[in-house]
Amino acid sequence: MSKHRDVTQEKPLVQLLLIIAVTLFLGIFLVLPLVIVFVEAFRNGFQTYLAALGDPESLAAIRLTLLVAAIAVPANLIFGVAASWAIAKFEFPGKSVLNTLIDIPFSVSPVISGLIYVLLFGAQGVLGPWLEAHGIKIIFAVPGIVLATMFVTFPFVARELIPLMQQQGTRDEEMALSLGASGFKTFLQVTLPNIKWGLLYGVLLCNARAMGEFGAVSVVSGHIRGLTNTMPLQVEILYNEYAFAAAFAVASLLAMLALLTLVMKSLLEWRYGAELAARKRRP
Amino acid sequence: MTGRRGLLPPVRQASAIPGFGLALGYSLTWLSLIVLVPLAVLVFRALELGPGELWRIIGDDRTRAALRVSFGLSFLAAIVNAFAGLLVAWVLVRYRFPGRRLLDALVDLPFALPTAVAGIALTALYAPNGWLGSLLAPIGVKVAYTQLGIFIALVFIGLPFVVRTLQPVLDDIDHEVEEAAATLGAGRRQTVFQVLLPTIVPAWLTGFALALARAVGEYGSVIFIAGNIPYVSEIAPLLIIIRLEEFNYAGATAIATAMLAISFVLLLIINLLQGWTRRRLGYV
Repeated sequence: MSKHRDVTQEKPLVQLLLIIAVTLFLGIFLVLPLVIVFVEAFRNGFQTYLAALGDPESLAAIRLTLLVAAIAVPANLIFGVAASWAIAKFEFPGKSVLNTLIDIPFSVSPVISGLIYVLLFGAQGVLGPWLEAHGIKIIFAVPGIVLATMFVTFPFVARELIPLMQQQGTRDEEMALSLGASGFKTFLQVTLPNIKWGLLYGVLLCNARAMGEFGAVSVVSGHIRGLTNTMPLQVEILYNEYAFAAAFAVASLLAMLALLTLVMKSLLEWRYGAELAARKRRP
Repeated sequence: MTGRRGLLPPVRQASAIPGFGLALGYSLTWLSLIVLVPLAVLVFRALELGPGELWRIIGDDRTRAALRVSFGLSFLAAIVNAFAGLLVAWVLVRYRFPGRRLLDALVDLPFALPTAVAGIALTALYAPNGWLGSLLAPIGVKVAYTQLGIFIALVFIGLPFVVRTLQPVLDDIDHEVEEAAATLGAGRRQTVFQVLLPTIVPAWLTGFALALARAVGEYGSVIFIAGNIPYVSEIAPLLIIIRLEEFNYAGATAIATAMLAISFVLLLIINLLQGWTRRRLGYV
């Protein structure tokens, strides 16, 4: 080895110590919580684990979580595509304001995100009496849960797509249009292939948050067993009843979802990093 | 339309791309329905209460205590995150070692893991009989069901924000700057602390602000480990939920308004600080 040390690096010993410190820190601080979810879930054996997941209330919670995500994610997907189309492909006054407004849900507490819907649709809310007179239930029912979930996951797809589409510009589309393709065909065959990995990336993050959202959903759900409990709420209820193994069993499914999301997210970043403009923008 | 050009900015740049009206119209409508109108209702409700009533509710001892717990601990957690996150980002960006990519991917775990799951997992770990709690108990450190527990949960939830904000900036540092510093006789420590780190201060503040904003509003990962004792370990978002359960909409609205207002002021201050550091560094 040469005696000339790279002047832009720390001494090897310092590097080694820092690497060990960071590995230990992340290991204890991030990995242990993940490990304990599975340890606690299987504490009383595999049979108990399966029984906890097969419980009708837990199954209802799983179904509701899937249903809510199945509505909220496509809704935000459509919004994300429309908003990024307008913002990335056109110049118009107020564009930066619109860009900022889309981000609002990221900076509002989940609990406040739920609260605003209660103030709007709740029994004492602005529209409460009208809804009651017409027999429509939003708060303490599935529609409220869907709305609150949509709110907290609102920016995800748009956040990924806007910078990506801005970076790609309009040349490809203009070429397709000048060759006679219709607007819709241009979008499907030119724009969509260009943004597909960014789109998937946004959907992935949006879905993880939609299925895992707790605070906002907790406010609007009313915790009606078997009816308005999503998986995170079911975890809370089981935990508060000291049914720890069952709580961690349901939690383990959510933890697996988180792991799956991380793996897919990392794969996308490693393989298609160049096609994800928003890479590492925000966790 | 073209006749107005020169006097007023055009409504939009002439473009061959179709779908502007549809895309913008749809976006604005959806944004209004889901985000703007519901938020406006909160503001409207707060205005309806009036400043006197708002102030009376916020001045209540329990509310003040909850706001103090939320903002005080979030601030501490964001400071710890700023330093821990800087170290993590530094090691991940600048060093090459086996397992680096795995660690890098793991940083997002607090973001991917549903908060309720994080909450019960942290509680199980740090409870007096938990893996970490039982190690800390003999030395007299109680984490779960205390303010320290809230702090741990807030550090957990905020870490990715600082790391992910700093990584691209550290990546962008020009090696020539370091070489120049070294050539001019700066020691490594001097180069790092006087040449490299000052350039990342604006991004550092952004990471700090994001971690802070997230911590202030955090609910799921905190309530299990907090103990939720009024005046001691009760966070503001929990008090909002308690007020709602009492059908005290005014109370919930006032606390939410206070939270949003304080967060807004904090973020404004951080923004100004950022502008100031940018100007000092000589780039706008």
